[in-house]
Amino acid sequence: MDKMFNGTLDRDRAADYPLRRREVVAQLLADRGDMLVVAGLGAPVWDCTAVEDHPLNFPLWGAMGGAAALGLGLAMAQPGRRVLVITGDGEMLMGLGALTTIGAQQPDNLAVVVCDNERYGETGMQLTHTAGNLDLPAMALAAGFATAAKISSDNEFKAALPAIRTALGRTASGPGFWSIKIRAEETGIGAMPPKDGVTLKDRFRSALLGQK
Amino acid sequence: MQTDRAGGEPEDWTGAIFSVLRDWDVAQVAYVPDAGHSDLIIRCDQADGMRLVPLTTEEEGIALLAGAWLGGQRGVLLMQSSGVGNCINMLSLARVCRFPLLSLVTMRGQWGEFNPWQVPMGQLTPKVLADANNLVFAVDDARQIGAAVAGAARMAFEGPAQAAVLIGQAVIGAKSFGK
Repeated sequence: MDKMFNGTLDRDRAADYPLRRREVVAQLLADRGDMLVVAGLGAPVWDCTAVEDHPLNFPLWGAMGGAAALGLGLAMAQPGRRVLVITGDGEMLMGLGALTTIGAQQPDNLAVVVCDNERYGETGMQLTHTAGNLDLPAMALAAGFATAAKISSDNEFKAALPAIRTALGRTASGPGFWSIKIRAEETGIGAMPPKDGVTLKDRFRSALLGQK
Repeated sequence: MQTDRAGGEPEDWTGAIFSVLRDWDVAQVAYVPDAGHSDLIIRCDQADGMRLVPLTTEEEGIALLAGAWLGGQRGVLLMQSSGVGNCINMLSLARVCRFPLLSLVTMRGQWGEFNPWQVPMGQLTPKVLADANNLVFAVDDARQIGAAVAGAARMAFEGPAQAAVLIGQAVIGAKSFGK
């Protein structure tokens, strides 16, 4: 009966998506070089930390809606480094305006990846708007991203990986956005990064700048 | 310039702010515009080494400037008092991580306001900023603005701390609405 309140949202399809979040993020971060990584709150933080609790990860334990904007500030401060924002669909939806702010600035070195399971994973797997007809990559393109694509299969993911991780000065031109459709599944938390924000900030700046 | 910040002519207060931002090498100027900030925005736009980042909502600026600091740059957030209400949850990012945050807030709904819709946030702004752990410096005399911004910048960037200068409507009114 509650289905009538879900509009166009599909509560079933994401259960069958072939891509799995932990494997996707592991491939995004394999041999990461000097990439700077921002992880949006929730499962992307656990996914990134499962690969490695790296000092050049900045995991957000809160600040929902802020991951892409934080990535923009970092990308503009560090134009010579690839900045990869890995976040979830719910987190991205809370900060959609940031897509337009990024589009206005056109940072060549910023990639935003949404691990899109069409769910609010931390609060009981409630459906997000992406479980319907919402097309996040189309929104990113309309906002001015140079590249934006939906990725639904392993072949598409493998093909897109070089562009997502591209080192600066090769093929990147303008910001990139990828919505990776991943299976709706509860993966648990697993490894956690430090919770103390000052520790996270200081270790990031020490690793990047040699100073706190 | 020191003389400006020590108390220059009232009409120079945006110049006094600008010179403080220069002194601190502020590289990212994030803003949701307000009429009271319009001259400063123009100055920053014309300045080498300053990047203007117009936002869709003020909370983006909190996150943006956290990223700037992680990457080794300083920034400033310009907004009007109603925008402070949009920042509250994101201010926890600055607070928990102790990111330096310098906010310059032009006040509405505070003094001689003609629009009642501006009054709630105008009246709440100093209170909610203080509740959110910001150091708050309210200035109603144009001659004091440069010094207040210089003091706030030092406490923000060297603390680190979150510091907000509230530029009173008496100041802005004298500038923008005194026709």
